[in-house]
Amino acid sequence: MARRPLEPFLWVLFSAGGVLAALFIPALVLLFGIAFPLGWLPPPSHSHLLAVIGHPVTRLIVFLLVALSLFHWAHRFRYTLYDGLQIKHLNELVNVGCYGAAIVGSLVGAYIVWAIP
Amino acid sequence: MSELYTEYHPRWLRTRVSTYWWLGRRSYFAFIARELSSVFVAWFVVYLLRLIRAVAQGPSAYERFLEWSAQPAILLLNVVTFVFVVFHAITWFNLAPQAIVAHFRGKRLPGTLITAANYAAWAVTSVLVAWLLLRA
Amino acid sequence: MADRIALKVARYRPEQDSEVTFQEYEVPCRKEWVVLDGLNYIKDYVDGTLSYRWSCRMGICGSCGMTVNGEPKLTCATFLTDYGSGPVRIEPLRNFPILRDLVVEIGDFLRKLTRVKPWIVRQDEKPLADGEYLQTPQELDEYKQFSMCINCMLCYAACPIYGLDPKFIGPAAIALAQRYNLDSRDEGARERHAVLSEHQGIWGCTFVGECTKVCPKNVDPAGAIQRYKLSTAVEALQSFFLPWGGR
Repeated sequence: MARRPLEPFLWVLFSAGGVLAALFIPALVLLFGIAFPLGWLPPPSHSHLLAVIGHPVTRLIVFLLVALSLFHWAHRFRYTLYDGLQIKHLNELVNVGCYGAAIVGSLVGAYIVWAIP
Repeated sequence: MSELYTEYHPRWLRTRVSTYWWLGRRSYFAFIARELSSVFVAWFVVYLLRLIRAVAQGPSAYERFLEWSAQPAILLLNVVTFVFVVFHAITWFNLAPQAIVAHFRGKRLPGTLITAANYAAWAVTSVLVAWLLLRA
Repeated sequence: MADRIALKVARYRPEQDSEVTFQEYEVPCRKEWVVLDGLNYIKDYVDGTLSYRWSCRMGICGSCGMTVNGEPKLTCATFLTDYGSGPVRIEPLRNFPILRDLVVEIGDFLRKLTRVKPWIVRQDEKPLADGEYLQTPQELDEYKQFSMCINCMLCYAACPIYGLDPKFIGPAAIALAQRYNLDSRDEGARERHAVLSEHQGIWGCTFVGECTKVCPKNVDPAGAIQRYKLSTAVEALQSFFLPWGGR
């Protein structure tokens, strides 16, 4: 049974992502995914929204939300594939795929957040 | 300790766990649904990044994003996403007291307090997000 | 309430069977009878070849765990009248190899239990002349819940992770390790950490929570595991970012 020194850190990322996702995402999905498209509430004007997301604090929170939520997904999905589908022989591939996607997504997120005018 | 079968050793019977083990009990199914909610979390991250990119590109790009978000397929996906994300939040906050044991002045705080604090934080955050976006 | 109730009992005789078959027996159904009473009635009056484990019949020895109508239960603590008119399906505890009838091989759990060193570990013992180790009621409360474990292994039967990968160290072993880690007299947390931090130690657990649901003693092994994950992770972060910090 191999020792895995990375596991505690991956678990912390998973937990932090879980907390941020639980706190922020429900309201955001309700607004941007349902209420605004359906016209229940008027979507924010472009200039206002730009001002909100351009603020340095918003940029930081959005980046953290994006990166940690992706690691939350990666960790949980990896274990679900391992346990749910019992594909232990593809273990290394699953690990690289999940955490790799999270890293790539975090980098893309960082760029997008940084590129806000 | 070896598991060799000697001549008089009884044959152990091991039942293999089925690939569909998670359909066998309601609680196992709920567990897998909870774990799969993370896929919808990841989808929303993609959606959010598309939104921010559109806003950063200008008013017409933002307009196009809003139109795209109103398409029936995307709308339906987001409704399902909302259900799963709320499921994630509720299960997460309800399980928090099992992981977090807090003490105050030597006494252990009851688990319900931890849960209540989590839900309060959720409410405050949601109101803050809504206010930030809707106040223009 | 009927006079008699049917019990469908799993049979497996390794010398003649290659799989589990079910045999149905009818036993009296008294108001205060538990499933174990039904099994004892079968053994005493109907079919003496039935094999099963039991001992104290009062929920403290942990011997009589079996699967009753699909649920892991202590058969000494499960009333026949809870099952209406029956039949009651009795199978051996899940996720363990079956030795015979309702008896399972528990060596795996016992080996794992030994590995987590479920005893007070001290760097140096206090000499007898110095008296007892003193402990406040608050210090006792820290680990008391986890000390209630009776090693009945219902949690292992309920844990899907253990079912999928028997190398997983399992709920009770971790809960018992925590019982000693959190004991103020103990100094063995480091030694136990080596065992628990293996990949199929605590990190195999995905917090399904079934173990806590089926535990007859309210040990809450799931809580023990998550707490250990948190404390271990915090320690790992501390030692990574502040490696010079004294312990």
